[in-house]
Amino acid sequence: MRPVTLRHAGYWTFHYLLVALYVIVALFPLFWMLKVSVTPNDLLYTEGVRMWPSRTTIDHYTSVIRNTDFPLFFLNSCIVSATTSVCTTLVAAAAGYAFSRFQFRGKAAIAGLLLVTQMFPLVMIIAPIFRLFAPLGLTNSLIGLIVIYTTFNVPFASFLMQSFFDSIPKELEEAAMIDGASRFVALRQIVLPLTLPGIAATLGFVFTAAWSELLFALMLNSSSNATTFPVGLLSFVSKFSVDFGQMTAAGILALLPVCIFFFLIQRHLVQGLTAGAVKG
Amino acid sequence: MTTIDIRGVEKNFGPVSVLKGINLSVASGEFVVLVGPSGCGKSTLLRLIAGLEDASAGEIRIGGRVVNDLPPKDRDIAMVFQSYALYPHMTVRNNMSYSLRLKRTPKKVIADAVAKAGAKLGLQSLEDRKPRQLSGGQRQRVAMGRAIVRKPKAFLFDEPLSNLDARLREQMRFEIRKLHRELGATSVYVTHDQIEAMTMADRIVAMNGGIIQQVGTPLQLYDDPANRFVAEFIGSPAMNFLDAWFVSADGAPGLQVGDQSIAKLAPPAGLPADGRVTIGIRPERIAIGGETESIGARVELVEPTGVGTVVHLEVGGQFLKLFTTDRPRIAADDLIHIDINSDDVRLFHPETGTRLRHAT
Repeated sequence: MRPVTLRHAGYWTFHYLLVALYVIVALFPLFWMLKVSVTPNDLLYTEGVRMWPSRTTIDHYTSVIRNTDFPLFFLNSCIVSATTSVCTTLVAAAAGYAFSRFQFRGKAAIAGLLLVTQMFPLVMIIAPIFRLFAPLGLTNSLIGLIVIYTTFNVPFASFLMQSFFDSIPKELEEAAMIDGASRFVALRQIVLPLTLPGIAATLGFVFTAAWSELLFALMLNSSSNATTFPVGLLSFVSKFSVDFGQMTAAGILALLPVCIFFFLIQRHLVQGLTAGAVKG
Repeated sequence: MTTIDIRGVEKNFGPVSVLKGINLSVASGEFVVLVGPSGCGKSTLLRLIAGLEDASAGEIRIGGRVVNDLPPKDRDIAMVFQSYALYPHMTVRNNMSYSLRLKRTPKKVIADAVAKAGAKLGLQSLEDRKPRQLSGGQRQRVAMGRAIVRKPKAFLFDEPLSNLDARLREQMRFEIRKLHRELGATSVYVTHDQIEAMTMADRIVAMNGGIIQQVGTPLQLYDDPANRFVAEFIGSPAMNFLDAWFVSADGAPGLQVGDQSIAKLAPPAGLPADGRVTIGIRPERIAIGGETESIGARVELVEPTGVGTVVHLEVGGQFLKLFTTDRPRIAADDLIHIDINSDDVRLFHPETGTRLRHAT
């Protein structure tokens, strides 16, 4: 028995070692950001590369919150990302349900078109989108950002929701419809509660995508009313220097809502990520 | 109660024709079984009655009323699915009461109905469990409880026993029949298992290729099949089929298999010009006999099944099976004689498979 248990123990140690290695590599940049954000400016370049500064300060944080427009950028990002994720999920849930349950003319064509939109590099479309948005008054506005983010996220989110709906057997709605529910009531009372993990996963994906989007936020907005935080971070890069201290402090602050959001939905997220893969 | 009338119903999925003109009348309180191989259209017909699919042509009436344009919820029917389709996020009690809650029935009435249905099906101790905490047989009972709570005009069953093991299936067959006797509700039951059809049906509707092949009581289909498909599908062990032809020897017409005379029979109406015919004979109607008029056969294999013996025989180069409740002392390669009564021989057209009968 002993040799087997030892080999077993050895395997698990190796297993955890690999996982620990990966976690360290993945989380190290965040740790470094935290370390830089609490390092005073005079120690930033003089102390060389250290795991932790000899003296910490929260000056960068107070400076970011009091002396910059960062709180406004943060608020804009929150509004845009939350609204985008809700709108996208609503549209994608409806589209995903239709793709999953109905046969209609042009279904393959629509799905193909949705896929094609994902093939364009965003850089290619910036100029045409700007030309479209400017006369509509959608530049320099949060609504313009919400519109463009929703548009670009709906195809992916629709396919994601379709696979979640596919994992719910059709017979459940049929049983509900025979029991006396209309299709819409069956969708609301029977199917949606079962796809909550899928909805949580879609909300999470879209929120993250909208939160960290830089290109459109940079190109479509020139005034600071509608600036989001990734663009705001760029303002810490000036012609002569980069204010790393403030930039990393702002970055850490920006991580907070995303962390809280994921903390709230993570229980549904794991199930949602794998449920679509295997028939329920 | 309720009759179900199906007139000229057709169903196409794109270019594929699944139902090709179905005419059927189910009497009030009757238990009708639709039976046939996979792809014959029986489930599609059931779904058309339920309203889950629309008919491409024809009329469906429930209780005398045309229901083609009515959604399932307005047809007042209940359905038990093969996969039970229980709502996973609701308890047994809520599963059974869902339809009544949708109609905003008073809580007291709902509680009574659920309690009664639960008692009838032995579900009293399970009412607070969720479907995933139940066994297959229990889930099936909850699905039936959900159906009977509604007191619908008709019950539809879509292969409800297919997911159960053999012993449970036997038990549930009995319980479904008992329930039907108690409730007296018009029921349409779909299965691919001919034993279920034979044991449960008031009338069987045998289907193949989207067409009704024969409608009748179980014994009518067993004793008097309309064509080769029905003869082959119903009955286990299955009917034997042999190629034979009619010869006239000394003015007396007879049926011949290989070089042996099988039976003295007059040629039927519709016989092909060359006198060829397919004969069908049920295994239990062949007797091991010793008279001079018997047919010679060689034993290929003897299979004792406990309840009887299946003997595989070779006659004139063709193979058939014999079933007897005896335990004959024979072994492989023995040459024996068998008896076939002319009344037990069924004649079928060798190409179309239609039953050939004598013009009377």
